[in-house]
Amino acid sequence: MSVKNASGAPATLPSTKGATPSPLWAWINKRLPVDQFIQDQLIGYYAPKNFNIWYFFGSIALVVLALQLLTGIFLTMFYKVGETTSFDSVEYIMREVNYGWLIRYLHSTGASAFFIVVYLHMFRAFLYGSYRKPRELLWLFGMAVYLALMAEAFMGYVLPWGNMSFWGAQVIVNLFGTIPGIGPGLVEWIRGDYGIADATLNRFFALHVVALPLGLLLLVVLHLVALRTTGSNNPDGIEIKEKLGPDGKPLDGIPFHPYYTVKDVVGIGIFFVLLAIVVFFVPTLGGLFLESPNFEVANPLSTPEHIAPVWYFTPFYAILRAVPDQRWGALLMLLAVVSFLFVPWLDRSPVKSMRYRGPLSRIALALFALSFVALGYLGLQPAEGLYVVLARIFAAIYFAFFWLMPFYSKFDPVKPVPERVVYHAH
Amino acid sequence: MRTELRRVWQGTALVAAALLAAGALAETSGAAAEEASKTGADWKSWHANTDVTDLPSVQRGARNFRNYCLGCHSLKYERWSRLGSDLAIPEKLLETDLIPPGDKPTQYIMTTMPAADAETWFGKVPPDLSLMARARGRDYLYQFLTTFYVDPARPTGANNLRLPTTAMPHVLSELEGLKAAVFRDVAKPGEGGAVGHEQVFDHFEPLAQGRLSPAEYQAFVRDTVNFLDYVGEPTQAARRSLGVWVVLFLLVFTWLAWLVKREYWKDVH
Amino acid sequence: MADNAVVADGDVDLSRRKFLTRATIATGAVGAAFVAVPFIESWAPSERARAQGAPTELDLSKLDAGQMATTVWRKSPIYVVRRTADMVARIAGHDGELKDPNSEKSEQPAYAKNPIRARSDEYLVLVGTCTHLGCLPKQRFSAGELYPSWPGGFFCPCHGSRFDLAGRVFEGSPASLNLRVPPYSYPKPHTLLIGVDEKGAA
Repeated sequence: MSVKNASGAPATLPSTKGATPSPLWAWINKRLPVDQFIQDQLIGYYAPKNFNIWYFFGSIALVVLALQLLTGIFLTMFYKVGETTSFDSVEYIMREVNYGWLIRYLHSTGASAFFIVVYLHMFRAFLYGSYRKPRELLWLFGMAVYLALMAEAFMGYVLPWGNMSFWGAQVIVNLFGTIPGIGPGLVEWIRGDYGIADATLNRFFALHVVALPLGLLLLVVLHLVALRTTGSNNPDGIEIKEKLGPDGKPLDGIPFHPYYTVKDVVGIGIFFVLLAIVVFFVPTLGGLFLESPNFEVANPLSTPEHIAPVWYFTPFYAILRAVPDQRWGALLMLLAVVSFLFVPWLDRSPVKSMRYRGPLSRIALALFALSFVALGYLGLQPAEGLYVVLARIFAAIYFAFFWLMPFYSKFDPVKPVPERVVYHAH
Repeated sequence: MRTELRRVWQGTALVAAALLAAGALAETSGAAAEEASKTGADWKSWHANTDVTDLPSVQRGARNFRNYCLGCHSLKYERWSRLGSDLAIPEKLLETDLIPPGDKPTQYIMTTMPAADAETWFGKVPPDLSLMARARGRDYLYQFLTTFYVDPARPTGANNLRLPTTAMPHVLSELEGLKAAVFRDVAKPGEGGAVGHEQVFDHFEPLAQGRLSPAEYQAFVRDTVNFLDYVGEPTQAARRSLGVWVVLFLLVFTWLAWLVKREYWKDVH
Repeated sequence: MADNAVVADGDVDLSRRKFLTRATIATGAVGAAFVAVPFIESWAPSERARAQGAPTELDLSKLDAGQMATTVWRKSPIYVVRRTADMVARIAGHDGELKDPNSEKSEQPAYAKNPIRARSDEYLVLVGTCTHLGCLPKQRFSAGELYPSWPGGFFCPCHGSRFDLAGRVFEGSPASLNLRVPPYSYPKPHTLLIGVDEKGAA
């Protein structure tokens, strides 16, 4: 459909050409397709008009990635990797580098913010079936980003070389020892020493600063290209490309630029307000974002009272501890992450969006969300008494969500899906 | 009419009695609370209640640290000059009253106790305190400095409820005075039906008065903890004040962005 | 065709749209400028650098006449020369061979803008960095040491720049400026404090 104004004449959409292109712009565009890119990918790309609040988190995630890259690069200018220097250099940044405290808090808060945003972003996919055909690869790239992000965050956490950095690394790296046969050798190979040591710290630094950021960038680009190829899903789960106007554009679509560019700026603004409140007023967030034991230097001879990973890993940590056997616990924890990959094929519902699904799917998703949060909380508690019982119950619910999905999604009654998207002006 | 009036009087009497009873109960529980507080049974709920924006308090804490803690504990991430400028202490006063003779203002705050000797004397090197407030929390520090008790079984003659078998002697005893800890025997159901016994802290018994009254000593500890809170993160004052402006600016920007969004989205039907 | 998702209204809104968009972009630009400040400031010398760059003290009682002591201030070598009367005499008489005999273009505090380039005859305090490309000039204090008419001074081995006993550069040297004089003062007898003078700490 074309963009017309009220009288039917063509409306003024933003154009990159202006009255006449400046000579410099023309020179650049003869050599690099900048204008064409903006036209094709931003103005000419139509996205569904019925995006709601759940659709903010993708662009916010991009902003957080940029923030982490910027603050991370600056931290690297002052951080000194080494078991005798890392901890001191972080305090140097906090106290003596001009605005070092701000750069550090932005990076530590940004890490937690990244996971909040990514979890909400992923939840949207479950709400509206955004992983369904033809977007399976989009989902898989997204999962790859998530896995890379977890590795990046884990290694980043080791770098301050606080006591929790050390013992967290110790516990997680030891998990690899449960792999039959190659386990113990693998652990020593990962560590580069007989225990978590300077060698481990140094290689984690290289991976965290260079390798994984490059990998993340590549995966995010692939994720975005896959999105561009299929077009975005929407809260009604309808494929807007199936109803095109005479101009070849989806009737239920609107140009990404300017409509979603201006809308996303608002979302980003609200995000920054919340981020700033945390960074400037509660940067440790009571020990959730910056844990107290990490204000003491790594001590191989003294374990913190409660070893827990940072909050964004605790759901999986709770599942690990729910199983009384170390090997099976590790396996189940791995399965908890891997299960996400199968969702496009586990979901047998004839409709995509939760809006048109029946009670079984809704209850299942609600229970899953509840169990994820509950497991997260339980992962922060000591593994004793009632906490263990609850962890087992919620772990069961967690897995049931995935592996019973072929059944409840197939037999759940569905509501009729409308022809056109549901939109209320705002 | 009469019956109703009687009912009104009865009702009022009932309410008054209830109020009196509640008041009495509050009094006794208040008194009990005070008793418990005096005897220390509720020590785990003692809060530092410090306010790091209270500059005179932090200054007093710096003085306290210099006089009572620097002998063994360092603040290796803090410079004297930084202390002086953050706490508005004039350079002259800093040099005469705080900086140990021979040390330069730009130096880090180091203790003169040699680590090797400390380990020999105490069995443990007194830890650096720069980050102790962030690592353990203000309440922990407050409780640590207020729950020392006389214990002849310990090499230093003192023990501590917050950190049992601490290697630190009761350095502040001249200020706080001395107190003993009274434990009571509590039976615990053990394994297989056997009954175990546990020594549970019951209350403190004052033994000797210090130079400060209990209230003065608590204020002393509060100031010291406040100072350690500052040292844990010297930039926190700047952080909070900058934050106000940043959040305000972002709110204004987001509001403007929302106006733009609303304007453009009038197009969409 | 009411099927269109986007129906732009008349041009009246366009000016409001433009205004709001420009106001928001302007505010955003201001915000971006403020965000840049902490990152740019983080590169400025940290408190550690400033502390290490604190004034340097030197005990002058150990310095014999005619000798030079080398110390460090703000990561630069500092030459302190205790000049003899003979050395002071050899500062004069060759102004015509100097590029900047009155130190008009060179860098020194007000009290060193004189032929002896110092507060007093006896002590010369210089930054021991050649004003050409930064090598450390070597002392050649004896008359005639380099060539017959050499009055004594400094010789830079890297590219051959020559300076006299007041640190002033000779014609024919690749360097154009006299050796720099840092701020300094004498807080007590026989004590030199580099980095502090009447203006306070540098």
